[in-house]
Amino acid sequence: MEKITLAGQIFQYLITGLTVGSIYAMVAVGFNIIYNVTEIINFAQGEFVMLGGLIMVFFYAVVKLPLVVAFPATVLLVTLVGILLDRLAIRPIRQPTVLTLIIATIAASILIKGAAMLIWGKDPYDLPAFSGRNAITVFGAVIQPQYFWVIGFLIIVVIALSIFFDRTIVGKAMSACADNPDAASLVGINVQQMILLSFALSAAIGAVAGITVTPISLMEYDRGAMLAVKGFGAAILGGLGSFPGAVLGGLIMGTIESMGAGLISSGYKDAFALIVLLVVLFFKPSGIMGSIEISRIKRF
Amino acid sequence: MILKRISIFLTIGLFCLGLTVSPALAFKGAYKVGAVFSVTGRASFLGDPEKKTAEMIAEQINKAGGINGKKLELIVYDTEGDATKANLEVKKLITQDKVSAVIGPSLSGTSLAVVPLAEKYKTPLISCAASYKIVHNDKTGKPYKWVFKTPQTDTMAVEAIYTHMKKHGISKIAIISGTTGFGASGRGELIRLAPKYGITIVADEKYGPKDTDMTAQLTKIKGTSPQAIVNWSIGPTQVTVLRNWRDLGMSDIPFYQSHGFGSRKNIELAAGAAEGVYAPLGGCNIAELLPADNPQKKVTMKYLKDYMAKYHEPLSSFGGHAWDALEMVAKALTHVGGDRAKIRNYLENHIKGFVGQHGVFTYSATDHNGLTKDAFKMVVVKNGDWALAN
Repeated sequence: MEKITLAGQIFQYLITGLTVGSIYAMVAVGFNIIYNVTEIINFAQGEFVMLGGLIMVFFYAVVKLPLVVAFPATVLLVTLVGILLDRLAIRPIRQPTVLTLIIATIAASILIKGAAMLIWGKDPYDLPAFSGRNAITVFGAVIQPQYFWVIGFLIIVVIALSIFFDRTIVGKAMSACADNPDAASLVGINVQQMILLSFALSAAIGAVAGITVTPISLMEYDRGAMLAVKGFGAAILGGLGSFPGAVLGGLIMGTIESMGAGLISSGYKDAFALIVLLVVLFFKPSGIMGSIEISRIKRF
Repeated sequence: MILKRISIFLTIGLFCLGLTVSPALAFKGAYKVGAVFSVTGRASFLGDPEKKTAEMIAEQINKAGGINGKKLELIVYDTEGDATKANLEVKKLITQDKVSAVIGPSLSGTSLAVVPLAEKYKTPLISCAASYKIVHNDKTGKPYKWVFKTPQTDTMAVEAIYTHMKKHGISKIAIISGTTGFGASGRGELIRLAPKYGITIVADEKYGPKDTDMTAQLTKIKGTSPQAIVNWSIGPTQVTVLRNWRDLGMSDIPFYQSHGFGSRKNIELAAGAAEGVYAPLGGCNIAELLPADNPQKKVTMKYLKDYMAKYHEPLSSFGGHAWDALEMVAKALTHVGGDRAKIRNYLENHIKGFVGQHGVFTYSATDHNGLTKDAFKMVVVKNGDWALAN
């Protein structure tokens, strides 16, 4: 084995950080979609990721569907779970306050996690990498092909979302609900439908994150909570409600974790990301891309 | 007429036969043994096979006529991995169920919580958990009087690994561990024992129990060019770290796993990345591999066959800890009966060379664990299965 140079090491940390960060970013984007429309933090967001991974294992590795069929099937099924979450846990609540809705999502996350434990058991599951496991070496750093899939899907999600929100009527209607739900319903936008759509969308994105990360890190029933915490941190860091912020926040979190673990001390890996989060919030309480004006009119 | 007479005689004869047979199956009283395992909850992977094993042994003993004509009555409670529950249940076993001895709990935390009870109520307790503190009273420097344990300690696993390294001329190693209790305890022992074996630790990396990627830590290790890597963790992370190790092209650095790696499932999940990985495992994990002249061969093979036949699931080595504990208690009951103090004295003075699932036990006044590092065999993953390492 050739000795690895410091530059090679740093490049390796960067690549790893961006990959892990992409997952955080996808979770953060999911948080933002629901937050923008409903002002609630969906604590079941991590559970969508977990379900994405485990259902994909079922379709791809157990039923042996081809990748191009298993992938959309998984996303659809998790989207359905997102829709059910809205229909069964969020909408039936009378006189909803932001807090009761958040508590409902916590309950849902416990329920989903428990159900996943009963269905899949407590063992972790593996998924074959989409395009083999033959690593590519660049500048002494080793890159798994799966890393490109993760980063690539983040880019696809970002592009698709920006087209959706900027170019389509439905997307614009959703943005309108985010700005002012009362005014939006006055101009004839069905706010309830938009809320349903927001849950469906963020479940779908969570599923994509879960599907792409499982070949790297395996997946088991209780992985969701930790990913939700990291993704939430990324959303706050980037500015809650801002999509570019969520992506930036996720990538920064991942890179800092990886650099901190490699260059300073791996024992305090999680602390580095949180310290940066605190410092940013100290100087800019609304997050990197967030705006104070918008955060003032939000209830939460 | 004759036919009727014959049938009457036959019936009477059969009744008599029944009368002579049935007393053999009726027990004259019972010996009560309590068991507390984390059957459900987070640590159910320990408690579930332990409970199944203990119930299987009790059934086998009773089918064979019990102990000295008395039934072995096993009372099992579930701690759910909770120290408070474990404490209440052991108290109930001792004071209300009036058991002769207690086996379990499954976890170091729950075991430490019930040690004072065993001491207070003078009841022998054989724990199925790893920490050496369970049988080591820090104040006196001696074992607790009433507490024994069956599993090997981290110390023995580390000694087995270091002995193997020394044999292969490895003196410069990197360690990487999970930030769980298991990982931290193993890491402590790795660092403590390194000087004794002339080993230098050039990197000491950590990761969280739910981390998705350890590439950064391994890249750092790669930069220090160690002769071997030791990983200490349980759960899926010990598989992820293996995959990263292989992906980073570090396969020519020998990789050692802890005794927490002892499941074939891990080899399967590593998807080929586990080839050539070393691990210290108890005899129970590798029953098929043991040479025929190994003293443990017979008991481990019997346990393996019985367990698979009864429960139709792969054998977990954790169940072996319960096997060792209950068989020892049964042996003590056979020799000295149900008196608590007599059982304790028997365990301490007469468990010598007891062949169990995880080693050959010899208890003494200064050693309530009874095993040495020889209880671990170094194995290597070859063609997707365990093989004995040189």
